[in-house]
Amino acid sequence: MSAEIALDGHWRLHPQVALRPERFGALAYHFGTRRLSFLKSLRLLAVVEGLEAAPDPLAACRAAGVAEAELPGYRAALATLAETGMIVPGCGDLLPDGGSNAPRGAAA
Amino acid sequence: MKLVEEFEAGLDAPICITWELTYACNLACVHCLSSSGRRDPRELTTAEAKGVISELERMQVFYVNIGGGEPTVRRDFWELLDHAAEHHVGVKFSTNGSRIDAEAAARLAASDYVDVQVSIDGATAAVNDAVRGPGSFDTALGALERLAAAGFEKPKISVVVTRHNAGQLDDFKAIADTYGAQLRITRLRPSGRGADVWDELHPTAAQQRSLYMWLLEHGEEVLTGDSFFHLSAYGEALPGLNLCGAGRVVCLIDPVGDVYACPFAIHEEFLAGNVREPRGFEGVWRDSELFTELRRPQSGGACESCGHYDACRGGCMAAKFFTGLPLDGPDPECALGHGEGLLAARGEEVAIPAPAVDHSRVRPSRLREGSPARPPAKVCDEDPLADFLATDGPARAAAEV
Repeated sequence: MSAEIALDGHWRLHPQVALRPERFGALAYHFGTRRLSFLKSLRLLAVVEGLEAAPDPLAACRAAGVAEAELPGYRAALATLAETGMIVPGCGDLLPDGGSNAPRGAAA
Repeated sequence: MKLVEEFEAGLDAPICITWELTYACNLACVHCLSSSGRRDPRELTTAEAKGVISELERMQVFYVNIGGGEPTVRRDFWELLDHAAEHHVGVKFSTNGSRIDAEAAARLAASDYVDVQVSIDGATAAVNDAVRGPGSFDTALGALERLAAAGFEKPKISVVVTRHNAGQLDDFKAIADTYGAQLRITRLRPSGRGADVWDELHPTAAQQRSLYMWLLEHGEEVLTGDSFFHLSAYGEALPGLNLCGAGRVVCLIDPVGDVYACPFAIHEEFLAGNVREPRGFEGVWRDSELFTELRRPQSGGACESCGHYDACRGGCMAAKFFTGLPLDGPDPECALGHGEGLLAARGEEVAIPAPAVDHSRVRPSRLREGSPARPPAKVCDEDPLADFLATDGPARAAAEV
């Protein structure tokens, strides 16, 4: 899936996306597209939360303890999140909508 | 544990809730699932409603489906909408369109946090008005026109599927396309006044089969609120979670603050508590006896030996309850036909539970006479569950609400 999305460089949570931690992982809700996604493991949540501080998604995966053999699965999951606009490339100082509307839990 | 099993065991906060803001309504749809009409004097005050919004924000309930009644008749409707947006609670509200004037449409178009769902229950005025009342079709289309003119992107058109409109699905789709809207179709429940008309309005078995085929073909572009999961027993699963989320991942808050397991179950049997209690909505959600029970493993009863049980999970609790069928047996509209036999075999001794809460201006409601067709629908046909779209990978099951 979505091999055409290049997950290189710096990525982060879309500023209009909020995360709600759950036993199984997290709910992710995009206030702009009104799309809800489920992060189906705690480790994927850790990866997504670590994107902002990591130089690229691969580094975020490694920092969260993803094993080499599991990397393709996590790459696919991140690609899905990228396709649906839940995560976006770029740095936090380019927030298009960082004002009062930014939900809690959004890219901090 | 599979995600569905996690959900069946309940979450610390709902994924989304339905909140009926008022029982007051300027229409009197024959199948209204909340038997709306008259305002209830015990309705939550503005301050109490804002208190609920604060709780939802704290619990990170990202969005609410607001209905009624006709929610826009509340004087503080816009104030509550703004308050929800300021507190990061997204809103989708259902309306019959009667109060969506140019000013309201412009206001809605300016907000990121609000989605609008206009109800029609026929693709023609004749079919629609037989259920929703004279003039209601033109009123709804007028609202959609004003929303489009104001630049509101992609409102929803909400349709309850009945025996009289089941053949109009392509026409509904065409109407949605005309207004740049997205079609959302949901299931007719025998709830509220719907109990009075369900026998004559629920789709026939042949119509259900056609509906299933249509959903397989259009599933990705049409929202259903996961409403038709009982039809997955026909074979291939429909997009969605395919489970009853009542009291587990969804619930209803009614206009007086009563918390029910789902919007289709306004009956004391499914009443978990009230947001006015000291423990608040959060306490009711987390600790009520009813919700705790619903989150325990449920018995499939007579359905457990059926090879399709994993697909339909026994169907809709409310549909069974309000047709007098056992909760641990087949859905009255079981795809395999097991419900029909049970319905036919119900004896006189079977007491069908009456709606416990009724704000109708007139009852019993009957289909309007002299109409060429007679379907039902309602402004608050909100299914609590999100409109789930399955995707692959650990981030599976996205939903657009």
